[in-house]
Amino acid sequence: MIDDQDVLTEETPDGESKDTPERPKWNNKVQYLLTCIGFTVGLGSVWRFPYLCQVYGGGAFLIPYLISLVVEGLPLLHMELAIGQRLRMGSIGVWSSMSPYLGGVGVASMLVSLLVGLFYNTIIAWVLWYFFHCFQSPLPWSQCPVNANHTGYVSECELSTPVNYFWYRRTLNITPNIEDSGSLQWWLVLCLATAWCLVYICFIRGIETIGKAIYVTATFPYLVLTIFLVRALTLPGALDGLVYLFSPDWETMKNPKVWLDAATQIFFSLSLAFGGLIAFSSYNPQKNNCERDALIIGCVNIFTSVYAAIPIFAILGFKANADYNDCRNENILTLTNAFSIGDENITLQNYGEWLSHLNASDPTEVASLNLKTCNLQTYLEQSASGTGLAFIVFTEAVIEMPGSQLWAALFFIMLFCLGLSSMFGMLEGILTPLLDLHLVPAWVPKEMLTGLICLFSFTAALIFTLGSGNYWLEIFNSYVGSLPLLIIAFFEMTAVTYVYGIKRFSDDIEWMTGRRPNLYWQITWRLLSPLMLLMVFLAYIVIEAETTPTYNAWNPDFVDFPLHDVQPYPGWVYAITVLLSTIPIIPIPLVASYTLLVFLKKRIMDRHNINPYAK
Amino acid sequence: MLGALLVLLGTTACLAQDLCTDETSEGFKVRLSIKTALGQQAYVWNESEMFLFRATLAFAMRQHFKNNEYNVSSILVCNETQRVSFHFVVLDPSDSTQLIQKTAVEAAVRKSRHRINSAFLLSDGTLEFLQIPPTLATPYSPATPPWLIAFGVVIGAVCAGIIVMLVSSLLGPKKGKGEDDDEEEGGGVGRNGIACDALDGACNGGFSDDDRLTQM
Repeated sequence: MIDDQDVLTEETPDGESKDTPERPKWNNKVQYLLTCIGFTVGLGSVWRFPYLCQVYGGGAFLIPYLISLVVEGLPLLHMELAIGQRLRMGSIGVWSSMSPYLGGVGVASMLVSLLVGLFYNTIIAWVLWYFFHCFQSPLPWSQCPVNANHTGYVSECELSTPVNYFWYRRTLNITPNIEDSGSLQWWLVLCLATAWCLVYICFIRGIETIGKAIYVTATFPYLVLTIFLVRALTLPGALDGLVYLFSPDWETMKNPKVWLDAATQIFFSLSLAFGGLIAFSSYNPQKNNCERDALIIGCVNIFTSVYAAIPIFAILGFKANADYNDCRNENILTLTNAFSIGDENITLQNYGEWLSHLNASDPTEVASLNLKTCNLQTYLEQSASGTGLAFIVFTEAVIEMPGSQLWAALFFIMLFCLGLSSMFGMLEGILTPLLDLHLVPAWVPKEMLTGLICLFSFTAALIFTLGSGNYWLEIFNSYVGSLPLLIIAFFEMTAVTYVYGIKRFSDDIEWMTGRRPNLYWQITWRLLSPLMLLMVFLAYIVIEAETTPTYNAWNPDFVDFPLHDVQPYPGWVYAITVLLSTIPIIPIPLVASYTLLVFLKKRIMDRHNINPYAK
Repeated sequence: MLGALLVLLGTTACLAQDLCTDETSEGFKVRLSIKTALGQQAYVWNESEMFLFRATLAFAMRQHFKNNEYNVSSILVCNETQRVSFHFVVLDPSDSTQLIQKTAVEAAVRKSRHRINSAFLLSDGTLEFLQIPPTLATPYSPATPPWLIAFGVVIGAVCAGIIVMLVSSLLGPKKGKGEDDDEEEGGGVGRNGIACDALDGACNGGFSDDDRLTQM
């Protein structure tokens, strides 16, 4: 049987499997845990989870989220950590060991890690760009630039906001649609180069250097979040934001989309199926309690998401409050100018009385002014996620805070650390399989290999520095970082449960941790997790098939500018998106069929060759 | 005689004042927001302040036209409100029935806008001449954009770090090999890890842990 070829249960006298000499290992357990936590806690914890909480009824969203963690997240996490620790190889090696037909799963993981790493580091490059601009007073995104004859502001900025202008024009220099590629933006190329150099210096010797860097990059975000928490809670309007975030709307739980989003969010948040977690745990000593590690990592991840949501929403509440006051002050100014009332006689407090008094005395005049209706709820409901939250909404909020340079710098350093620690996991997901399979000649030092990976990724990521780069990044984000991962995770689960066998897996875990996995793990591994994965996958397909893919373009010549110009993807772009979804998955059937062919060929040759000595 | 003169002056004044109306095409509306600008230190708008305004405008007209005939009496003010807002027109000093063209007044005000603002401790936003667009100051842009400096610092540090690490990894194995050779030559390490040289007595190479040649 093919399965007998795997070498999993042999032991040497000191209790460790014989593998390549001097496999690198973690200096201590803390490094390993921090690295895994850093990998799982990424940008999504800060800018995706709070958004989902807001959109799906605040505190009520935590329930589907927790259930998804328990049913889907923790079992998959435990499985990946246990597999990597037991088999002591990267993703390709691990799945090939289970069955040569499954080697494609590892290749798929590696490809996904590579593709996701490309655009993820571009986001870090944008973060660096904003960070470099924090050292100016006033902040460059707080003012519009003046136009050529100094009579007013640049019209694109005037019509939208200075923050939008800085993001779309000064940072991205975005083209009006995806077909218009524009040219390479030299400043983004510089920032991208800086980002890859920073990644390289931390990644240069693999986990040796990662383990040192992680002490800073994994802990600094928590420090910044705490500082922000303390600062944000003292801002006016913060409580409005928090109340809005956490007040539960139990009705949303009846909406199946909430459960789907909770399941997908927990899946992507735990960075499963990238191969990075398998790589990290493969450097562990075999006698390590991976069950406890999985529980720690899962719980810290969910705690961080909730902990990050608090200052974010306090600050968004502050911003909503500021916008609401601006709206009312505008009305006050209109009234003051129209009726020539003394300056500052109408205040926010007595606005109501004045308005009714003026309405009583001259209703036609008041009506002709078209006063805006100012509603705090509308401002609170303006939600944003992803780059919109970080680079538009948050930067706008920071301008209003006293000492804005400091807060902006802290925020962007935090985003940088979060992103960098996730990059480590993705790059390890590429490096470890390459090293394990000895695909690289032995004379190539590790420093050169990591350097080549970084150089290649930097060159490929130059697409995202074009004028249309942001549109391509959105495509990569939606199509590479979603469906392929679900498929890979499904294959992983099936491989362990049905090819390797849960019984043998449980034996391995008992050998490693000293305890057999209990009923919860058995049920989730055998039944609940594959089921949930399948449902999420099918629901994803159905929803994707229903919506025609469109994108939001930033077009200054658009009729309704500053609203986004919603455009459908052109045919060739759509073809590329399909390609991006399928290329990472293709290795799975390819490797399986190749292995089958080799096996069949060998079988046929054996049949023809009856003489056992004629080899 | 005196009475006739007075009546004549009065009518001229009235006529002149008639030139300053809401609908006049040669005048501008001015709006001040003193409390917004100065808060606690806001001054009260009174006759003297209005006198200062008229004098400042006369100054602006003199600066622009290089004509020293403009005087406080050339500036007529009307429709004062509590806001504080009012209309003004500028009389031609040579002919008090004629008003100076709107465009000319606008040019004069724009030229001396900063001086006018400063006289009242206000800014373009709080001392508004409606229909005269403010001249926006060019924002200060230093020769080297500050972001390039920050970028230079970071990339310099990172590149230095990379070079240091590459050099150390190139030198590292050589240093290690050197030490190993010394140890072997020194008589080997005993089974329990104590260096031979540290003990009294003779080193028996037969008990060294050196199994380079006999490794299984």
